[in-house]
Amino acid sequence: MDAVIDELPLYWDGFLTTLSLTLLAAAIALVLGTILGSFRVAPVPTLRWFGTAYVEIVRNTPLTLVFIFFVFVAPQLGWTPGGFFAPAVVALSVYTAAFVCEAVRSGINSVAVGQGEAARAIGLTFPQTLRLIVLPQAFRTVIPPLINIFIALTKNSSVAGGFFVAELFGVGRQLSNAHPGDVIAVLLFVGVFYLIITIPAGLLAGYVERKVAFAR
Amino acid sequence: MSSVLYDVAGPRARRRTMLWSIVGALFVLGLLYLAYRQLDERGQWDPERWQIFTDPPMGQTAEDVWSSLLIDGLGATLRAAGIAAAIALALGLVLAVLRMSASRLVRWPVTTVIEFFRGLPVVLLMFFGVIAMGLPIFWGVVFGLVVYNSAIIAEILRAGIVSLPIGQSEAAYAVGLGRWQALFTVLLPQAVRRMLPSLVSQLVVLLKDTSLGFIIGYAELLRRLQLNTQFFGQRYWFQFFVVGAAIYITVNFTLSRLAVYLERRGTKKAAGGVAKAGEAVGGKVGGGAADGATAI
Repeated sequence: MDAVIDELPLYWDGFLTTLSLTLLAAAIALVLGTILGSFRVAPVPTLRWFGTAYVEIVRNTPLTLVFIFFVFVAPQLGWTPGGFFAPAVVALSVYTAAFVCEAVRSGINSVAVGQGEAARAIGLTFPQTLRLIVLPQAFRTVIPPLINIFIALTKNSSVAGGFFVAELFGVGRQLSNAHPGDVIAVLLFVGVFYLIITIPAGLLAGYVERKVAFAR
Repeated sequence: MSSVLYDVAGPRARRRTMLWSIVGALFVLGLLYLAYRQLDERGQWDPERWQIFTDPPMGQTAEDVWSSLLIDGLGATLRAAGIAAAIALALGLVLAVLRMSASRLVRWPVTTVIEFFRGLPVVLLMFFGVIAMGLPIFWGVVFGLVVYNSAIIAEILRAGIVSLPIGQSEAAYAVGLGRWQALFTVLLPQAVRRMLPSLVSQLVVLLKDTSLGFIIGYAELLRRLQLNTQFFGQRYWFQFFVVGAAIYITVNFTLSRLAVYLERRGTKKAAGGVAKAGEAVGGKVGGGAADGATAI
């Protein structure tokens, strides 16, 4: 236990790295995923296919393999980023975007067809239909799965620890080497830091989900 | 087909769609071409590099390379995934039953344990198994997978039971079944069937998560890729990556298709019947599907 208290600053650094990895990747994945999601519901076939191919390929690839690509393979292809933080953010974003895309798509598809038809029937234009009718309803359905996706992202950021980024899991590994006698306490504490993020977020998702179910 | 966003296209809209379709295709082709050229500049299409799989250098045969990837690598991946899946399904069932126990003394601790393990990264659990519990690497990997996935499977099964119409349990009690009998003969069989697609997608997730063994040093498929590049040289990374990705995608895609097939069959069978009740809990069932998608 003493080891944990002595090393608190290191834990804190790891926690902040995890947090910044997660937030950066979440922001990029949200933008990329929304664009891909709009591709998937577009009337244009080629864009739809592109979105589908992206989602199917990425969803069936393990995150570790995506990390391998950006950390080990990319330098062979002429992309050498400084450090390991940037490839970790890119790998997490590329991976998470596929899941955001699916959430956005199912959110839009969850709005009843009649809603759009009614909107067009009373003469709303496409942007109006989107802004006033479809998106407000889709938004509600999308939020709970999105929160779950970001919880998963928080946990997934631990993979970066295996690829030379000193986030929480990386710190845990380093500390369990340094304090072989206190391994259990050291690792439990790493877990506690993850739970500090994931449990409140999970409760929030459940709360929002109940609200949404009630509002329908 | 009419959708919530647009009507069935008329002649003008069809022309516009066609135009955008071509623009989109050019955009995608442009991206592919850029990628191709970047790879070409680095000599990645050089046949010599791909001969690593047909006629490898350094006194190795093609069989050596492929057997290290497929038999040792994929074999280790599937072995860990298979054992972990079997244990996780059994344990998940037990957890789900305990979680629905009538006694708070049982229900609350089990709920806490499930929430606890759901919120932790799998790789941390694996590492804990190896370093703190002193398990051999293989069982460390299985431990991490089992702990996490049994919690998720328990939640999937519970969601399935909750989504059944209340009449199912009422009827079971009315004909004189006890709590356990009702659960095992009436509720669980329906819940399992209803949740089969989610269960299969969770198994895909489990299979993908086996790759986390790479980080703690389990010699699965990805580690074999790395070992091969260490042996033959880093310049072969791209080739090995492509083959590794292809193997993973093929296996997972087959499993995912199975989930889609089961989902279709399920909805067809239950159309108009029991499964309609899923809509009654709206968000809940959506949440179940989303869980499948989000259990990344």
